[in-house]
Amino acid sequence: MSVPVGNALHQDNYLTHGKGWKSWLFTLDHKRIGVMYLISILASFLLGGVFALLVRMELWTPQRTIMDANTYNQMFTLHGAAMIFLFIIPGIPAALGNFILPLMLGAKDVAFPRLNLLSYYLWVVGAVFALVSIITGAVDTGWTFYTPYSTTTNTSVISITFGVFILGFSSIFTGINFIVSIHKLRPPTMTWFKMPLFLWSLYGTALIQILATPVLGITLLLLLAERALGVGIFDPALGGDPVLFQHFFWFYSHPAVYIMILPAMGIISELVATFSHRHIFGYKFIAMSSIAIAVISFLVWGHHMFVSGQSNLANLIFSILTFLVAIPSAVKVFNWVATMYKGEVELATPMLYALAFLFLFGIGGLTGLFLGALATDVHLTDTYFVVAHFHYTMFGGTAIAFFGGLFYWWPKITGRMYREKWARMAAFLIFIGFNTAFLAQFIMGAQGMPRRYYNYLPEFAPYHKVSTIGAFVLAVGFVLAAATLLHSLYAGELAPANPWGAATLEWHTSSPPPHENFETQPVPGDPYDVDQWVYDAAAGGYVLAPAGASGGRA
Amino acid sequence: MKSWLLGAERGFMLPVQASSVAPAVDALFKFIFWVSAFFFLLIVGLMLFFVVRFRRRPGYQKPTEAPSHNTFLEITWSVIPLVLVMIMGFWGFKVFLDLNTPPANAYEVQVTGQKWKWLFTYPNGHVDETLHVPVDQPVRLVMTSEDVIHSFFVPAFRVKRDVVPGRYTKLWFRATKVGTYPVFCAEYCGTGHSDMLTTVEVHEPGGFERWLEAASNLLNTLPPAEAGRRLYQTRGCAQCHSVDGTGGIGPTLKGLYGHPVVLRGGNRVTADENYIRESILEPMAKVVAGFDPVMPTYKGRLKDQEITALVAFLKTLASEDKGPAEQGRE
Repeated sequence: MSVPVGNALHQDNYLTHGKGWKSWLFTLDHKRIGVMYLISILASFLLGGVFALLVRMELWTPQRTIMDANTYNQMFTLHGAAMIFLFIIPGIPAALGNFILPLMLGAKDVAFPRLNLLSYYLWVVGAVFALVSIITGAVDTGWTFYTPYSTTTNTSVISITFGVFILGFSSIFTGINFIVSIHKLRPPTMTWFKMPLFLWSLYGTALIQILATPVLGITLLLLLAERALGVGIFDPALGGDPVLFQHFFWFYSHPAVYIMILPAMGIISELVATFSHRHIFGYKFIAMSSIAIAVISFLVWGHHMFVSGQSNLANLIFSILTFLVAIPSAVKVFNWVATMYKGEVELATPMLYALAFLFLFGIGGLTGLFLGALATDVHLTDTYFVVAHFHYTMFGGTAIAFFGGLFYWWPKITGRMYREKWARMAAFLIFIGFNTAFLAQFIMGAQGMPRRYYNYLPEFAPYHKVSTIGAFVLAVGFVLAAATLLHSLYAGELAPANPWGAATLEWHTSSPPPHENFETQPVPGDPYDVDQWVYDAAAGGYVLAPAGASGGRA
Repeated sequence: MKSWLLGAERGFMLPVQASSVAPAVDALFKFIFWVSAFFFLLIVGLMLFFVVRFRRRPGYQKPTEAPSHNTFLEITWSVIPLVLVMIMGFWGFKVFLDLNTPPANAYEVQVTGQKWKWLFTYPNGHVDETLHVPVDQPVRLVMTSEDVIHSFFVPAFRVKRDVVPGRYTKLWFRATKVGTYPVFCAEYCGTGHSDMLTTVEVHEPGGFERWLEAASNLLNTLPPAEAGRRLYQTRGCAQCHSVDGTGGIGPTLKGLYGHPVVLRGGNRVTADENYIRESILEPMAKVVAGFDPVMPTYKGRLKDQEITALVAFLKTLASEDKGPAEQGRE
């Protein structure tokens, strides 16, 4: 077949610019760093996924199934730590954001390319540090490291917190880079309200990254002071307060939840607009809701401690603030649905992920209401209801959006198209498997099944069995998705510059982009003016309509 | 279990309602459930309708005029959910205050959480491993932990409270249904976290007093071996030491008395009265080979008379042990 217009695989592009492993390991190109991040993060996801399957296998029966209690406790700790710190927190900003942000700005790179590379290596060091200390130290504290369990039973909590601290610096550097890039590298004609919504969400995320992450560092220093110098801070045996640790931990980790979900929401804005072939609905409200979420997210950490003995007043304030943060999320959802109205909805793979996101994040967000209300939270907290809730938001929300984004930008990143049919089948399996795995957990949680239980009462066994079956269906879905993407690398059709008809700037350059991103500087317009792009059969993708021509497809 | 969606027997997706606050908690749960169900169906319904109605297909031309914003809509779908969630917030707070404010006349029980069991101390000094309470009378638990954070959770009562070392946390309830309900530890506390279970038994009027009377006078009302068996069950021995020969965190007590024991380092001793007494009071003095030195001391927690009763109980295990084994061979 002939090479479609806009594909650059056979020309000089960022993948061919520089050869050999050194040209990758010492690259300052945001695209290559993004790809390295992508590979590392997907490896972490695979690792976390294997741990999840082991956990679900153990829970097949109410008693011992395949491992003893201590191994089980280490498995769910590894699952949580790998998924949260190595996959979900950095996933969208560091991998997809790194690749896409400068392209969306029409820029050559991020503001500080060296800092960007440093952030990647800090991630690698932090990841190795954290995983090695979990495995060698047999850490079984869960990813939350609550004191005094963590400090009185296991000395490795210091080294693992140190690993997370290094990962935190990686996160801060990415945040600084994105904020400065968005301020300084935007073309003059791209005003704030002409920015793609993905960038708004990355901006909100970066604000949280640089403001909340240092708290984790302070917590580490206090832990060190306690263990090394015997200063009583968290350990009641030394006169400390164990609940204080929970405040510190969640002061970082709750905003971190929004580091995870905000960029996912940004991706969904892009996907829904592109595949509805219509201007996004309520642009300013979606953009402002990202900032609102970023700000309010700092003020809700106390909702993790409703049964820890906080005062009634503190509980009331945190409960009300928690409900407030639901509003901007709801506003986004309504706007995404409204975007489809009078559009031309194309059920391509990324759109399937976006629709799955609306369904799953809808459940995740709404079940948060049960946990935000004090009286119901008392019953539901620390049960499988919470486990199901955060998997619906973090996995059904963030991870699903991440994979939607991956399938969306895959042609841009690799220059190849994947088999649409296989990719849709994988998305379908993931959707079915996910719901099977986690809907059952809401019911058993409401019935009182506590989380982090190795043995459980036999009446919960049917729910656990359904959940385990779902987990394996989910795994099959991901294997198929991975096979589809890997297959495309050597057998996929060459991708056109703009396969989807999106209007943001990354589609103005060839797939994959050249080293310098753009041959000619693109002129930013309305990022959602999709009607200026028309399908061109010869190109195999969308091309800019000649000036003056009316919009719409031929 | 049956008809959990609308079933009255187990409540609405929720366990049986056995406390005075449970109906109020469940009413709020139901309200949030139906509001959520409405919005979920609205969002997914509209989404699916738009996907079908406006899907790309041959011969379909999307409308040229489509709104890209509508301030009235934005305000509507901000304000209506805002009002609803504020109702949830303040409703939740109101029920929480009831759930968190014990009446003045509550009966008080001290609760100690430790890895991995619960101990309940009644006003007369009796210590038990299960919680017994009278029906229709407020009970206040004053709780603390000896090691790490635990959390006291009774699903049937809709109450849960962290049990924190170095401070007292409180929880109260008024049980409304006679019966036995599970108690869980809900805050992760290590290896035996999921075995940190007990039950709360709600007695009919008068039954609680009778139970407490009998339970408090074990040594006077029961033969020593039987009192020892009760102590074995209620003082935490059963968590680690089996009486049927199966493995556990500690060695089994079946056939122990009067038999030789191999210690760490290879020494052998015979398990007589003095060995058993020492192992209870100074568990680290002689650790059985193949087991970790993890047993806490019972010095100050068991009276001499109680240790004697325990030894008497162990003697019954030593003699019983031939019976079933020989029967099995026949």
